[in-house]
Amino acid sequence: MATVAESERTLYPYVTGSSVVALKYKDGILMAADMGGSYGSTLRYKSIERLKPVGKHTLLGASGEISDFQEILRYLDELILYDNMWDDGNSLGPKEVHSYLTRVMYNRRNKFNPLWNSLVLGGVKNGQKYLGMVNMIGINFEDNHVATGLGNHLARPILRDEWNENLTFEEGVKLLEKCMRVLLYRDRSAVNKIQISKITEEDCTVFPPFSLKTYWDFSAFKNPTAAVDLI
Amino acid sequence: MDHNTDISAPHSMGTTIIGVTYNGGVVLGADSRTSTGVYVANRASDKISQLTDNVYVCRSGSAADSQIVSDYVRYFLHQHTIQLGQPATVKVAANLVRLLSYNNKNFLETGLIVGGWDKYEGGQIYGVPLGGTIVQQPFAIGGSGSSYLYGFFDQAWKEGMTKDEAEDLVKKAVSLAIARDGASGGVVRTVIINSEGVTRNFYPGDQLPLWHEELESHNSLLDILGAPEPMSI
Repeated sequence: MATVAESERTLYPYVTGSSVVALKYKDGILMAADMGGSYGSTLRYKSIERLKPVGKHTLLGASGEISDFQEILRYLDELILYDNMWDDGNSLGPKEVHSYLTRVMYNRRNKFNPLWNSLVLGGVKNGQKYLGMVNMIGINFEDNHVATGLGNHLARPILRDEWNENLTFEEGVKLLEKCMRVLLYRDRSAVNKIQISKITEEDCTVFPPFSLKTYWDFSAFKNPTAAVDLI
Repeated sequence: MDHNTDISAPHSMGTTIIGVTYNGGVVLGADSRTSTGVYVANRASDKISQLTDNVYVCRSGSAADSQIVSDYVRYFLHQHTIQLGQPATVKVAANLVRLLSYNNKNFLETGLIVGGWDKYEGGQIYGVPLGGTIVQQPFAIGGSGSSYLYGFFDQAWKEGMTKDEAEDLVKKAVSLAIARDGASGGVVRTVIINSEGVTRNFYPGDQLPLWHEELESHNSLLDILGAPEPMSI
């Protein structure tokens, strides 16, 4: 099926990041990801930053192959540089960055040499909140809440139930933490070192890493076969 | 990892390589076994290659791939140093390694640890695993033997070690990996890089600590046998 030489296409990822989860809240976007870089089944790196600001108005979160994410950041550095050099008072907003990345991802996919990532883009410009996703085959869309990887299966159902337009910062963070905790319990490649970041019209903050408490104190856990013994 | 590969021979990154920062510089360490399948082609290889006066790289994976990458980086860094008029920084060296690894990711099978000292940031260690990710770390481990060291380092590593503590840690770690990894063996080589310069050390296999189920070595059984009567089993 591939019309290019085997040696010219990326076959498989090596160092990968797991899910990214993001939601719109009252003042902007909140995004969360853990700091893990897995090497197959080994949890090899535990301090990889997968949430990065881009220019003044955008936040980029990535899952998938870390080396490809690092390359994408380099492309974006160049994009923002050229944008700044116009010195015309305009600056690229999240919608534009999303559009640029969609073209990059889709064109690489067409050449059978994808950048092996799922990207989450969020930001606020001129009062307009924007949250979107683009992945390695070029699928892209916008929504009020997005997630990558296992986050789609585990986090989005929670968000569909509990998200609303007027979340405060505190409510948004608690909701994201709820999602990240579920991922910690149920995703093999999750690591308990999490970064949350927020972007608003005024500024972008990536908060320092922290760990979530997990709960194991249930009688059903302590005695899983209690019911069996009664018979 | 799901590869669809029809290559029959097993891929193995036959090596143990380590890079550790300490209070004032870095210590790089490696074993010395190069294997082709089950045969040990070279039992005293030097896997720690020089890139510049102040930056060295530990090589793992395919010997050919790691050698060609470090040769190219050495060549580029040499020119860069001439143009810059002062020693290259560790970050530049590591990024050159990353460039080659990333842009040729379909062809190369090599994991590298770049370590060195420069006057701006002091001692630094950068890991460049398969695929060309670049990660700065306080310590890095690589090669097939490193699988046996994740737990060890999780427990034994601490910030702000002295030079001797760091070198002891590296020596101990490589020797532990050699004990359990068939693809690692031979001698332990270390390279210490700091503001004062570079020191290369060599620890032959018989001078390393003994671990579980390992015995002290002797020239002959006859040296151990006290009395002439044999043991009854």
